[in-house]
Amino acid sequence: MKKLLAFSLVFISMLLSGCTDTTSHSQGVYMLLDSSGTYKQEVKKAQAIINYLLGTLQPGDSLAVARIDSASFSEKDIIAKMTFDRRPSVTNQQKRLFKQKVDEFVATVKGSAFTDITGGILQAVEYLNETGSGTKYVLIFSDLKEELAKSHIRDFPIQLSGCRVVALNVTKLRSDNVDPREYYKRVEAWQARVEAGGGHWRVINDLERLDTILAD
Amino acid sequence: MSLAHILNIWPHSPALSLIIALLGAVFLLYLARKPAHKAIFSLSRVIHNGFRMITRSVLIAENKVVERNKEVLLTAGERAAEQLIEREFHRVDAVVRRDMSGYPALQRVLAEQIAHIDEDYRESTELPVPPPDWVKAVETLAKLPSREDKWVANILGEIHKTAVAQYKNAMEEYRKAVAKRHALLEKMMPYWRKLSQTLDQVDKTIIGLHERTRVVDSRMTEYQEIQKKTDREAGRLRASSTTQFFISAFVLLIAIGGAVVNFNLIALPMSEMVGGGSYIGNFKTSNIAALVIILVELAMGLYLMESLRITHLFPIIGQMDDKMRTRMIWATFIILLILAGVESALAFMRDRIAADMQALRQALSSVETAQPTIRWIPTVGQMVMGFILPFALAFVAIPLESFVHSSRTVVGVVMAAVLRLIAFALRLLGNAAHYSGEFLVNIYDLLIFPALWLETLIRNKGQQTEGKDVTDIQDIIVKEEVS
Repeated sequence: MKKLLAFSLVFISMLLSGCTDTTSHSQGVYMLLDSSGTYKQEVKKAQAIINYLLGTLQPGDSLAVARIDSASFSEKDIIAKMTFDRRPSVTNQQKRLFKQKVDEFVATVKGSAFTDITGGILQAVEYLNETGSGTKYVLIFSDLKEELAKSHIRDFPIQLSGCRVVALNVTKLRSDNVDPREYYKRVEAWQARVEAGGGHWRVINDLERLDTILAD
Repeated sequence: MSLAHILNIWPHSPALSLIIALLGAVFLLYLARKPAHKAIFSLSRVIHNGFRMITRSVLIAENKVVERNKEVLLTAGERAAEQLIEREFHRVDAVVRRDMSGYPALQRVLAEQIAHIDEDYRESTELPVPPPDWVKAVETLAKLPSREDKWVANILGEIHKTAVAQYKNAMEEYRKAVAKRHALLEKMMPYWRKLSQTLDQVDKTIIGLHERTRVVDSRMTEYQEIQKKTDREAGRLRASSTTQFFISAFVLLIAIGGAVVNFNLIALPMSEMVGGGSYIGNFKTSNIAALVIILVELAMGLYLMESLRITHLFPIIGQMDDKMRTRMIWATFIILLILAGVESALAFMRDRIAADMQALRQALSSVETAQPTIRWIPTVGQMVMGFILPFALAFVAIPLESFVHSSRTVVGVVMAAVLRLIAFALRLLGNAAHYSGEFLVNIYDLLIFPALWLETLIRNKGQQTEGKDVTDIQDIIVKEEVS
């Protein structure tokens, strides 16, 4: 009788473990905010995007917001990061806290001398891989003009397999207006770099259509 | 052989090569005409016969399905009629037990009332007043001859006074006796009324019983008709079953709507219990948990209805002894009650979570909206819905049983129709195969028409030559005979 009971328990536990889904359905979003030079003015727009993300992301999802400065491959640049709790009520509290941190950053943001986008992307990939999210998004809120400090090496391929990289609000620079080919060249160069690393590239400049950010 | 080879039979002249090739083909086809016709005919016959055989099998299957349907319908109808008759008999039994069991007492009451009435009646009968003895003496004195005699007149006067006094006394006593009789008769009135009421009650009972017996008679007639297994009765039962099918399907759809509302009521708060981000397969665990709760409620409802003997989907529950059945009723009812309480609590939690989410969204969008003044109404409404829906879903067992029973016949009817359609299509294909054989033979002959034309020409010529030879021979014979 005891043997039968033990066997039944083992069988049921095997069945249950067989039913458990091993694939992760959670989403991980890492947003990079460019705070360099003239782009600093655009940070208010980024705040709206972050609020949209906070309203959209579900319990169990992860969200991190980091700034792009002269050397972005660092945890110090992360403004706020959070993996939301499984319970909706706790998630709501976490979202309130997250919003508060972002608001504080927006109020005190300072411009940086250089723009290390590659370092920020590397940091994003590292974070997203750690969260174990099923779907990974790297949102780059920048004009995509990378300016590196001397001695910083960033001209190597980046591993972005499984990541969807979305460039948001890629503004045209003064020089782009003189020669628009520069803008297209810049965007295409980033696209080529992301796709070479196994990532999926998209550009969204119309911030009225925020619902398309996490659409695919 | 490719087309290039064919066109190169006669070098540098493709048209000629093609004509040669066609003539060769026609010649070959002409040579193979009879075997080819036989092959085409045999192939079409094989296909035709094959289809015919399949059609016959399908029709046999259709007949079996129709027979089975009829059997199922009649059995179900017979069972239903039996149950109805049984119920009517139970009602008659209840009436007899309730009313007829009181008949000895009723009879005693009636006898007592009649005895009372009889006694009162006897007492109230009018007794004739005995004629006074002195009447004869008065008559004798009245016949005396000397009426003018003073003494006699005095005596008569005295007698008259006495008679008047006597008369008054007698009348007084008579009136008293009459008044007493009237009082007695008045006392009889309530007894009469009571007797009348008792008899009215008996009359009502008898009329009720009479009506029940008429219902039993009509049910018995139906039952006998079903037992005769006539097509008319099967048709009537089929129509009834189809109606039941659609009605129960409609009610089930309503119940599904209720289940969906119930699901939405508890799915969100379930994520607070089992986690909003966990999945089983492609489905959220919280959704599955909510669905399981609803299904458990449905199952409990089914068991409750079975235990109450309202439905008969599980014979094992119906066959339980009454004690066990009562225990089961209580157990399922308590589980349903607990689940209703849980759902009510979840509905409350849902309201709170939804309000919190709403507040968060407002904070994120930086839009200040006015708070609703009466917040408790939707909360209470959701809680009441959460409590009532499990009990409402429990009653799904009734249309479900009806749907299951009626779907047997409806599915049978549909299956028979499909089989008939298949048989028709197969027969059509068989006939098409048969006539396409003839058509192919005609096409074959059309392809080799030059050869056939030549054949006919040669044959006609031969026949003419033979005819001419025969005429010459006949002429010679005639000439020889003449000579």
